[in-house]
Amino acid sequence: MTAASRPARGDRGDGAGDRVAGAGDRGYPHGGGRDGASPPPADASPAHAAVELCGIRLRHPIVNASGTFDAIAARRVFGDELVTRFPFSAFVSKTVTLAPRQGNAPPRLWELPAGLINSIGLPNRGLDGYIEHDLPELARLPVPLIVNVMGFHRDEVVRLVSELSARDEVAALELNVSCPNVETGLVMGADPGETARLLDAVRPLTDKPLIVKLTPNASDVPAVALAAQRAGADAVSLINTLRGMALHPATGRPWLGGRTGGVSGPSVRAIALAQVDAVRAAVDIPIVAMGGVSSGRHALDLIRAGATLVAVGTESFRDPAAGERIAAELAAEQARVAPPRGRRDAG
Amino acid sequence: MTASSPATGAADRVRAPFGVRTAPVTARDVHGAYTVLACADPTGPRPCAGQFYMLAAAARWGAGEDERPYLPRALSVLRAPEGGELRFLIEDVGPGTERLCELGPGDALSLVGPLGVGFREPRDGRRAVLAGGGVGIAPLAILSDQLRAHTTVLLGFRDGAHAAGAELFPGARVATDDGAAGHRGPVTDLLAQELDADPLAEVYACGPPPMLEAVRALCELRGVPAQLALESGMACGFGACFGCVVPTRDGYVRLCVDGPVLDAGRLQTALVPGAGH
Ligand SMILES: Cc1cc2nc3c(=O)[nH]c(=O)nc-3n(C[C@H](O)[C@H](O)[C@H](O)COP(=O)(O)OP(=O)(O)OC[C@H]3O[C@@H](n4cnc5c(N)ncnc54)[C@H](O)[C@@H]3O)c2cc1C
Ligand SMILES: Cc1cc2nc3c(=O)[nH]c(=O)nc-3n(C[C@H](O)[C@H](O)[C@H](O)COP(=O)(O)O)c2cc1C
Ligand code: FES
Repeated sequence: MTAASRPARGDRGDGAGDRVAGAGDRGYPHGGGRDGASPPPADASPAHAAVELCGIRLRHPIVNASGTFDAIAARRVFGDELVTRFPFSAFVSKTVTLAPRQGNAPPRLWELPAGLINSIGLPNRGLDGYIEHDLPELARLPVPLIVNVMGFHRDEVVRLVSELSARDEVAALELNVSCPNVETGLVMGADPGETARLLDAVRPLTDKPLIVKLTPNASDVPAVALAAQRAGADAVSLINTLRGMALHPATGRPWLGGRTGGVSGPSVRAIALAQVDAVRAAVDIPIVAMGGVSSGRHALDLIRAGATLVAVGTESFRDPAAGERIAAELAAEQARVAPPRGRRDAG
Repeated sequence: MTASSPATGAADRVRAPFGVRTAPVTARDVHGAYTVLACADPTGPRPCAGQFYMLAAAARWGAGEDERPYLPRALSVLRAPEGGELRFLIEDVGPGTERLCELGPGDALSLVGPLGVGFREPRDGRRAVLAGGGVGIAPLAILSDQLRAHTTVLLGFRDGAHAAGAELFPGARVATDDGAAGHRGPVTDLLAQELDADPLAEVYACGPPPMLEAVRALCELRGVPAQLALESGMACGFGACFGCVVPTRDGYVRLCVDGPVLDAGRLQTALVPGAGH
């Protein structure tokens, strides 16, 4: 099956979300501009480069990284402005597991020089809770919905994929393979064979695009990407967080409730670029790239390395509207440079 | 949301404009160990008592101790006078607060807010008793401004330098650990006296985790309702990261969107892992 054979999705992306502010209106220190609270006129920025991922049409190449933006909570905090200025061209859910999860004991965060270690532990309502509570609200966003799922057992992933792919609200699925298979003890995404067996089980269950989110904590990431492509993945996304640790300054014991956590933010940007470059050399399917992106320039780098879409994660914590600024900065960068070699159609 | 009406008379959550905005610093005052920063936020809404902002210096945020800060810092609003001014009370405890305390007129803040759920009006005509510890006195200033009825304010500090924070609360009763000002001992001594005199009260408290836990236990014992403004490590302040959770009787809640003010009855303990310094 090829991605191109699917009908185009994402028509909802043409709606209210079209108004995008220019690069100069955000006050963040490492952001674009210095001044001003009021958004600039809607057409102050260069036209966005529309893109397509596996047949899903998107208004621009910037999406959120899974687990770094809760559109439902943000709607409560920012009201309708979140929807009329939705910063991303698609919304990626936080990882959904079959059973509900509380997540790890606090503390869950440790700040790094230019980054963060998190040990959140994938809290979520579980598949049924997600479908009942979250899906109806997320379906009202002005952009297509990509649902990120993870299972501790192949059968769990099978149920997640089959139930979610039956939902019209869902445009695509992202498989988070950064967790151990309880049967084999192997991290699914750290081993090409495990990854292939997982895809063999779920690929036949859905016509929707399947994006495999690779873990950077693997000895041969391009080999895993290639195994995913051969087993029918439509795209790969990378990088997830890198394992890291911090000790309590006073007691010397692990600070994080989960003992170790995942490192994200600008401190992983160079690693993300190298892994995207290596994966691009190994596979032909589209890449959703992420890791430390905090400006349009960083997004352009990943696109030049071969990415179709770029996800913004930790930077949204510093500015909830970072995605909007980065999309505008990227459009300005792309208008300045020749068309990047990495932007290509799906499939 | 609970049945009782909020302290502001309108809502206990005022929505924030989407995204970071820049607010020029208009004044800086020092009160002993604390710095009060005022900034102009003419386009932002007026916050409720108990809400907070995520703040960063608009320039040179980073390269302090341990090459931090990187993320913005959560600060309660101290006062929000009419005309779009916001005031914050800051104690320098690390690289982020150190940088914020350096700022003055000519500098600017990057801010997101107001965030979180603030205090609610006392239930059943109870009188409000406000108890603050250390820098936790901050949200009680805007609360005492906004509560229409007469309120009692009790403040606890570790020493005389910190007790200078009481200058912001004319008429407050003060306790210090070392006896440098007011009653010698914890602020909960004063709270117990107040509740002995008139138990028909609702307690509003903010302070370090051990103080909040003492307030929670005292109020539970006496059956007095209490609203506690808690603290936990925050990365985003708008519900995005799930990093700020505190344990409640119904599981973890994100303090930035379900708090920072929580009804004491929801808590088994106010001792939040990783909070405080
Ligand atoms: C809702 C809310 C309201 C608040 N209101 C106020 C207020 O009005 N005024 C005020 O002064 N403060 C307030 N605070 C506390 C304030 O946010 C913290 O003091 C501030 O974030 C500390 O940052 P720092 O860089 O100065 O110190 P940090 O070095 O971050 O130290 C603070 C504490 O965090 C821990 N820590 C140390 N290193 C790290 C690290 N690398 N990563 C994570 N944690 C670490 C330690 O426990 C340390 O003692 C509030 C907090 C919350 C959640
Ligand atoms: C607080 C936090 C929570 C995250 N939760 C998830 C998650 O639930 N599922 C997932 O696949 N990735 C999760 N991630 C990883 C991000 O999606 C992303 O891969 C990583 O943070 C790198 O991007 P960044 O540097 O831009 O943040 C999380 C990251 C952070 C910081
Ligand atoms: S601080 Fe990020 S969810 Fe509360």
